[in-house]
Amino acid sequence: MGPQGKLDLDPEVVRTARRLAARAAEPIIRMARSHTTVSVERALLRLAGLTGADDEGRPWVNHLADTVRDQVGLEHGVALPVWDALLTGPHGSLRDLAEAAARGRASFRLPSGTDAAHARKAAGEAARGGMGRIDRRRAERDRLLAELPTPDMAGPPRPLVYLIVATGDIYEDIPQAQAAAREGADVVAVIRSTGQSLLDFVPEGATREGYAGTYATRENFRLMRSALDEVSRELGRYVRLTNYASGLCMPEIATLAGLERLDMMLNDCMYGIIFRDINPRRTFIDQRFSRQIHARAGIVINTGEDNYLTTADAVDAAHTVIVSQLLNERFGHEAGLADAQLGLGHAFEINPAVPESFRLELAHAQLVRELFPGAPLKYMPPTKHMTGNIFAGYLLDAFFNLAGVLTGQSIILIGMMTEGIHTPWLSDRDLALENVRYVRDACGNLAEDFMPRPDGMLVQRAKRVLSESVELLERIEGDGLLTAIAEGTFGVTRRPPDGGKGLDGVVPRADGYFNPAIEILDTEDPHAAARAATDQEVPA
Amino acid sequence: MTVESPGTGAQAPTEPADTRQVIRPYGDTTGDGMVQMSFTLPVPAGKRAEAAALQLAGKMGLDPASVVHAKPMGPDFTFFIVYGKVRHLIDYASIPVPEERAYPLLSSQEVNLAIRRTLNRRLVVVGACIGTDAHTVGIDAILNVKGFAGEKGLEYYREIQVVNMGAQVTVAELVERAKAENADAVLVSQVVTQRNAHLHNTKQMAAAFHAEYPTAVAGGMGRPLLVVGGPRFDTVTEADLGVDRIFGKGTTPAEVASYLVHALLPGQNGDTGDTGEIGEDDDE
Repeated sequence: MGPQGKLDLDPEVVRTARRLAARAAEPIIRMARSHTTVSVERALLRLAGLTGADDEGRPWVNHLADTVRDQVGLEHGVALPVWDALLTGPHGSLRDLAEAAARGRASFRLPSGTDAAHARKAAGEAARGGMGRIDRRRAERDRLLAELPTPDMAGPPRPLVYLIVATGDIYEDIPQAQAAAREGADVVAVIRSTGQSLLDFVPEGATREGYAGTYATRENFRLMRSALDEVSRELGRYVRLTNYASGLCMPEIATLAGLERLDMMLNDCMYGIIFRDINPRRTFIDQRFSRQIHARAGIVINTGEDNYLTTADAVDAAHTVIVSQLLNERFGHEAGLADAQLGLGHAFEINPAVPESFRLELAHAQLVRELFPGAPLKYMPPTKHMTGNIFAGYLLDAFFNLAGVLTGQSIILIGMMTEGIHTPWLSDRDLALENVRYVRDACGNLAEDFMPRPDGMLVQRAKRVLSESVELLERIEGDGLLTAIAEGTFGVTRRPPDGGKGLDGVVPRADGYFNPAIEILDTEDPHAAARAATDQEVPA
Repeated sequence: MTVESPGTGAQAPTEPADTRQVIRPYGDTTGDGMVQMSFTLPVPAGKRAEAAALQLAGKMGLDPASVVHAKPMGPDFTFFIVYGKVRHLIDYASIPVPEERAYPLLSSQEVNLAIRRTLNRRLVVVGACIGTDAHTVGIDAILNVKGFAGEKGLEYYREIQVVNMGAQVTVAELVERAKAENADAVLVSQVVTQRNAHLHNTKQMAAAFHAEYPTAVAGGMGRPLLVVGGPRFDTVTEADLGVDRIFGKGTTPAEVASYLVHALLPGQNGDTGDTGEIGEDDDE
């Protein structure tokens, strides 16, 4: 029997939890559908192929969107003014138009009548072109996965080993990522430079300097993906690439990820709000678009619930993780993500000094597994209680690995015994992989023997966390999610709806708002193109 | 138990063990000098690599040394665990006793009482992560109600008014806000750093405050007290950075609150205080 049903959860309680999450999400979804942001508009321009930046590194998409905003506003979207200017003005390309806009030599209007119809058609074709590229990248991934199978496709599926590189220099990251893949990593995440989430533009080109991470740029994406393709072929195993669609440029980064075939993206519904103080409205609007793109691109999102437990207590706040996962699931489904694309996050962060801490961890991990049976859960190792005692840390990481194996987690981020001391050394990574390999091989299919005692402590604990989650969801549904966030429900941090960075980039859509990317994403089944493409592949 | 200190037999018999003159690492026998270490060499595993590891251990003063574990990490690297004996001696008596905290640790009630008694208004604290650092975990641990290590943060103290500006605040924004709020203290956190950015940022912040309050005598006397915290400040002093106080890894909210009382409200925590009167800037 599968991992389901070990906790004997009441299906009615689970249904109630989902229903409440859907109701709590509803007003936010309505807001997201009736607003746009500077980054959503810039994402359309990127999808239409506008790349590059001026000499000072300011991207052309920013120049163009800002000029349109100054001249006619963004409430109708950039599409009509931009493609009208292209059709009726002297500019040969989007790039020419953006350069002219930067020099103050472009003028925009909101076209009407036939002009509007022409602009609409041209913009639609441009968006369709970008979407086609994203579809082709997805088909390419599907092909590579069939050729170079990964552990999650084995029977029974084995967890994906997720490792991080973070040097700040993409040319230093590449050999490290390739080494990590050879050492056993199935997923490589390139940590982003700290602070990129608060930049209201996406840097350009290959970058060699970052702060505790490497900038997410289209060129860095391309370089790393191609390096991992090379090592994937060498190993006969497709190595996935992860980056971060979070912060102020979530929609644009999601688009670039789709265009360059990234495989997983960190994309949490509330992370930026709580931990980066980004305006809640901006976050939810940007997020919907970014998730629609991820759905279309076949990208697995990773949510960030593990982070709540680094500020809040992992026992007291266990139910906030479940609530956030249910919200992430709802927002994800609404944006078209399939269950298999929901890498919901959670973490092993209970203070080891708490009696029976491991039992509690197992209860939480099993609860998440049973609530989201079709989701590739991402399980995060201990960080908060890694003290600098590397020997005790190694033991704690082994218990984390054991919990992951016992409860059938899908993506296991490998814990480093030097967590909190320095970015991982080569030897740290090697020892961490030795740890996970030992636990995985020593346990084998131990998960099938892991049967918590009916109504025992573990089962009771899981049920209690679930019922606390339902209580909290009732409150959130009553007060509104934005109020709950303002009151510090998640991560014990208060974020008012009109506070934080990026609110000035939020624009209510006017009647007649037009964005051909959103039109495609709102009306088409995001997975249809991929299905059609693979169907064609089969006979070949 | 007889404790032998190698190299000297002249200990006063009444002296407690921890003040003995000369010490060495302890494996399982006093004076055996045994240490363990691990490292990676950028060479393929094998006898030659082990010889290289032993040579390194020898140069580091381990004699004799033995490689107890050597493991290839990919084709180009080898990981070693080495045990060995050091002959180095530490003159323990010559090591100065580090300064104890120069102020008593107060409870939140004591902090509130001290502020109420002296200021007759709430003590204003403005906190931020400055520069590119987007990691608010440090400042939040000290300021948020939730606090850190089981202690409530400064927001919980009734007599402390907390303004938490969050992440990636510029120095100019911080100075402006501190002035607008008439801050008694400014708390800056620097968690993630690269190429000593935390030191540059902090110096820049301190310089901006010193420039903004040119007539200030000291922290709390004509300008806000400047307090910085983070895990990477252990190589510098307050004077190097131009701040009043540096807090390291593991600092709790109560330590910070107690320090604020000590530094800003002398005489309120049982000590005589060394900054004289309460600064004029405290008058509104």
